[in-house]
Amino acid sequence: MLSVAGLTTRYGAISALRDADLHVGSGEVVGLIGPNGAGKTTLLNTVAGLLTPSAGSVSFDGEDVTGTSPERLLRSGLALVPEHRRIFVDLSVEENLRIGGVTVSPRVRGDLLDEMAERFPVLGEKWATAAGFLSGGEAQQLAIARALMSKPRLVMMDEPSLGLAPVLVDVVFELIESLRAQGRTMLIVEQNATRMLEVADRAYVLRSGEVVATGTGEELRAQDDLFETFVSGGGGGRSDDQGAEDDR
Amino acid sequence: MTELIQNLIDGLGRGSIYALLALGVAVIFGVMHLLNFAHGEMITVGGYTVYWMMQRDMSWWLAVPAIIIVSVLTSLAIERIAFSRVRGGSDFTLLLTSFGVHFVVFSIFLLYVSASVKTFDRPTWVANTYSVGSLNIEVFDTVVIVVTVLTLIATSLLLQRTMFGLALRAAAEDFEAARLMGVRSDSVIRGAFALSGLLAGIAGVFWLMRAGSTVPSAGIDPMLKGVLAALIGGLGSLRGAVIGGFALGLAEVLLRSRLPDSIANLTEGFVFLLIALLFIFRPQGLVTVAHAERV
Repeated sequence: MLSVAGLTTRYGAISALRDADLHVGSGEVVGLIGPNGAGKTTLLNTVAGLLTPSAGSVSFDGEDVTGTSPERLLRSGLALVPEHRRIFVDLSVEENLRIGGVTVSPRVRGDLLDEMAERFPVLGEKWATAAGFLSGGEAQQLAIARALMSKPRLVMMDEPSLGLAPVLVDVVFELIESLRAQGRTMLIVEQNATRMLEVADRAYVLRSGEVVATGTGEELRAQDDLFETFVSGGGGGRSDDQGAEDDR
Repeated sequence: MTELIQNLIDGLGRGSIYALLALGVAVIFGVMHLLNFAHGEMITVGGYTVYWMMQRDMSWWLAVPAIIIVSVLTSLAIERIAFSRVRGGSDFTLLLTSFGVHFVVFSIFLLYVSASVKTFDRPTWVANTYSVGSLNIEVFDTVVIVVTVLTLIATSLLLQRTMFGLALRAAAEDFEAARLMGVRSDSVIRGAFALSGLLAGIAGVFWLMRAGSTVPSAGIDPMLKGVLAALIGGLGSLRGAVIGGFALGLAEVLLRSRLPDSIANLTEGFVFLLIALLFIFRPQGLVTVAHAERV
């Protein structure tokens, strides 16, 4: 469904991402793990059209979409739940969802709104509340629900568990699990590698802007030294990982 | 007491026009982070449109829709010709571009029309007044206030109830996130310029009815009032822009009537002094905008 080949993205003179290859098949849940600054967010943002690659290509459903604008990519079925959620804090929960469904017909939008209210009861209860007043966990659910409003075929999520209390991390992973059960195709960036490998079919490990390993959770865990690198390598992810450990 | 009420009505009439101008400035600032110093050009172009029409004995009934349409088209043309080319540039680039647009429009009228003041007849009812008790109220102020209130209600409905309004508000808060939702940047920016031009057009009708003349630099004064009012209200806040407009209008009228005759000509200076004091104590303007600070 999604194929990334030789993707390189630079910020000025610095290559944040170098020659990355990645593939996501239909119905697959693929994780993207690695320490802080490994280029995970850069990869997602480049695929989503927020950044322009200096080399390489992105194809979606066999069509070359390299350098396509985010609004066009969304229309072809590719949605991104961005880093830090970026919900519209001045808009109500309902308005956030409505804007998520800006590309679908009013009738479909109405049906999807009902569906989201049912599926995310916490959002249903705060329908008219300004999104700025939501807690971190609620805001993350809103960000995911908002992305689902466009009926995407591939959902990319950037650090959905970042900054959440352990109990809320569970809620987010349960949500990912339930989306997976529905057969949703997802590409998820996570620092919480342990949890990610539990829900993902496969994962790619990024380090210093390069894909250094790929495989199933089993295969990656088997590589002890590598696992050590990406589980304990990240500065910001440490507390999250720790929190997840505490849960078990 | 009577004088105070009289002043308040005058101030609201004047403030209404400023509020419409400021709202147009705030809409553009919201989506593009552009402080549009070319916002007055819609009125310059509108002014020459009325002049041209009056030369041909057309009525104000025709001139009113003409000013509004020309204003919207001018706003869209300015976006297309100038601002679309610097989209994504720094705030400073956008600001300089808006100055450039102002000087280009100014020069076109200077070179191809005339440097001298062109006058046209004002509608006859502009000077009429009516009495309520001991109050003498201008018909003009009444019309301005009523039309402004209706325009503000309509704009508010547009922003709250339509998908375009929602997209505009979302884009004003986080343009990139709005694009990730599928909001087309072209349509939201053009829509914002059309709305801004429409508001400037309505304000322009009243501005020109009262002025009865135009010059190549006619846009500077309304632009300054609009930008100042938007700053007073708190840049980025639409509500603030409207409040800022009314506050500026009231401050001007109240100061003019309270200052001794010998320094009444310095009203503008005193208004700026008040604004400077406001910014010392509330640098963010009257209304605080949460997301503008976050950006």
